[in-house]
Amino acid sequence: MADVALRAENLSKRYQISAVQRRHDTLRDQLMDGLKTMFRRNGRPQASAETFWALQGVSFEVAQGEAVGIIGRNGAGKSTLLKLLSRVTKPTAGRAEIYGRVGSLLEVGTGFDRELSGRENIYLSGAILGMTRAEIANKFDEIVAFAEVEPFVDTPVKRYSSGMYLRLAFAVAAHLEPEILLVDEVLAVGDAAFQKKCLGKMGEVGRSGRTILFVSHNMVAVTRLCNRALWLERGRLHAFGGVDEVIARYLAAGADGRGERRFCEDLDQCPGSEYVRLTAVRVRNQEGAVANVLDVRLPFSVEMVYRILRPTANLRLGLRIVAYDGTVVFSTRDLDDGNEEQVRNPGDYISRCTIPGNFLDYGQYFVSFGADFPMTRSHFALQQALAFQIEPTGGVGGHVADGRSGLLRIRLPWVIEQLR
Amino acid sequence: MVIQPGETLLHLDLGGIWQYRELLYFLVWRDVKVRYKQTAIGIGWTVLQPLMTMVLFTIVFGNFAQIPSDGLPYPVFAYTALLPWTYFAQALGRGGTSLVGNANLISKVYFPRLMIPLATAVAPIVDFWCSFVILLGLMGWFGIVPTWGVLMLPLFLLLAVMTALAMSLWLAPPNVKYRDVGHTIPFLIQFWMYASPVAYPVSLVPEQWRLLYSLNPMAGVIEGFRWALLGKASPDFMVMAVSAAMEVALLFGGILYFQRMEQTFADVV
Repeated sequence: MADVALRAENLSKRYQISAVQRRHDTLRDQLMDGLKTMFRRNGRPQASAETFWALQGVSFEVAQGEAVGIIGRNGAGKSTLLKLLSRVTKPTAGRAEIYGRVGSLLEVGTGFDRELSGRENIYLSGAILGMTRAEIANKFDEIVAFAEVEPFVDTPVKRYSSGMYLRLAFAVAAHLEPEILLVDEVLAVGDAAFQKKCLGKMGEVGRSGRTILFVSHNMVAVTRLCNRALWLERGRLHAFGGVDEVIARYLAAGADGRGERRFCEDLDQCPGSEYVRLTAVRVRNQEGAVANVLDVRLPFSVEMVYRILRPTANLRLGLRIVAYDGTVVFSTRDLDDGNEEQVRNPGDYISRCTIPGNFLDYGQYFVSFGADFPMTRSHFALQQALAFQIEPTGGVGGHVADGRSGLLRIRLPWVIEQLR
Repeated sequence: MVIQPGETLLHLDLGGIWQYRELLYFLVWRDVKVRYKQTAIGIGWTVLQPLMTMVLFTIVFGNFAQIPSDGLPYPVFAYTALLPWTYFAQALGRGGTSLVGNANLISKVYFPRLMIPLATAVAPIVDFWCSFVILLGLMGWFGIVPTWGVLMLPLFLLLAVMTALAMSLWLAPPNVKYRDVGHTIPFLIQFWMYASPVAYPVSLVPEQWRLLYSLNPMAGVIEGFRWALLGKASPDFMVMAVSAAMEVALLFGGILYFQRMEQTFADVV
């Protein structure tokens, strides 16, 4: 193995539940809680766990120049791991050794001050992220160019559009040159073009031989950017290895929702607007069972369960099938098929789309979901909210996975004629 | 670099602080810059505050109450004290809530946490020097020529900075957990002003209470300012010495306390 850049041994972090849940605990709250528990002896038993382990006994080693994707469900400890490695917070137990200068990017726009101009923020944010004044001055023009904000560099950033703000914030961070770069889900923000640019920049960083640890839910980004993946499951290290293998296992384990994803109990927290709230999305196989591994020969359906809160006439729900490498295979909408002007009164609905068998080729796919009023307003847009796998169990081309190219495996009319 | 659970003994990472000295510069710079953005008279506010207080004090304490001023013209007497006091009040007011105010930084990026209270203790020095110019004008007006003692002024300013930093180190960490602390700070500052010789001379304090009185670090600072700038005839060196000792103790304890608390800032803030 090449030189070690980072070694974690038994790294653990315990949080106080109360500290996590309450943002402002006041003395009064503590006193009141004390009183409440005194009088609640005969009531429901209190949750016994006052603390929980966000990270427990995580050990791994990263060699110099490796790019490691950290994957796992929400609350698996991914961000906690980055916080520990970036020294934002201290571990409860265990240790980590880091060889090299660490730059961390846990959020876009760390240290930005809305009152200050773009120029001033570049310096401020750069200094906070660990750059020296000389370094920032050297890269200043490059940063401004990357962010495409030249004409506004002396305007307070509070007057920036959100896109400009994000671009500038990312540009500063992207020009950090640490030996080890820790990046949290920052690519989840911004429009598609911006995300692409960020991804490109990160790839560049990776190719320049620096070590990257990258937290993301976006498997496509992880696959493109990383050569290894570290899978966390409930605070523990579940798997660590080559990126393709780990991601394949992660997806196969249905870790991203087992073919189904339900949004929170609280309707207000579900994706949506005052018109519509998405409560669940799922993939069903031909028998109607929720599944994320599908037979290539058989049709299956993708459905969105949602509640309409106000009568709507032109609400349009849609989905997009995205291939493993990020290519969009196709998109489709529930108003495509002559349902135009369908009035939906308040109530619970399902929009279900059936995708034929012998259509998508073997492999891993993602589904993105969205709802909008055409041309006017978007209600929700969920990127790659579900993943499913098409398995080579036969079908077109026989029983062997014959590795034909293309994303579709569609049965087309062929004629074979003997001409003489 | 090794990351492990925090050690409890004193472990002042001076190297780390030195390494991040540019960050200190930028934090101070941000503080100064942001405060007077979108204000019409900008830096004028820093001068106006002690100046108006001086006028008020001269009317109320100097004229109505006839409070003695060690034989000095009351306006200069009061303004000389208001300089370090205004500095202290601002530094403490901002320092005490500085960690909460920078919560987003603390939870997202690493740097020695001491930088934050340090920056809030340093930034108002800029305002101090602006107001200082007015003092020179006042002294010229009343025909007061500073003695060689003026060379000691930086020392007393340093003591004021140390006091403000020390108090911020004591107050900012509990404020992270209990926001109550933030609410008591304005009251504390007001209370503290009357316990300091801002509007009245130390000589007004009965002899037998003077030792107790000088435990207030700001008493020594203000006494020192008057001595250094106005060449007060009989400076109370006992008050200055006790205050200085108190300052050192407060600061040292403050650093210890802060270091013990800082490990959990990011989890609680």
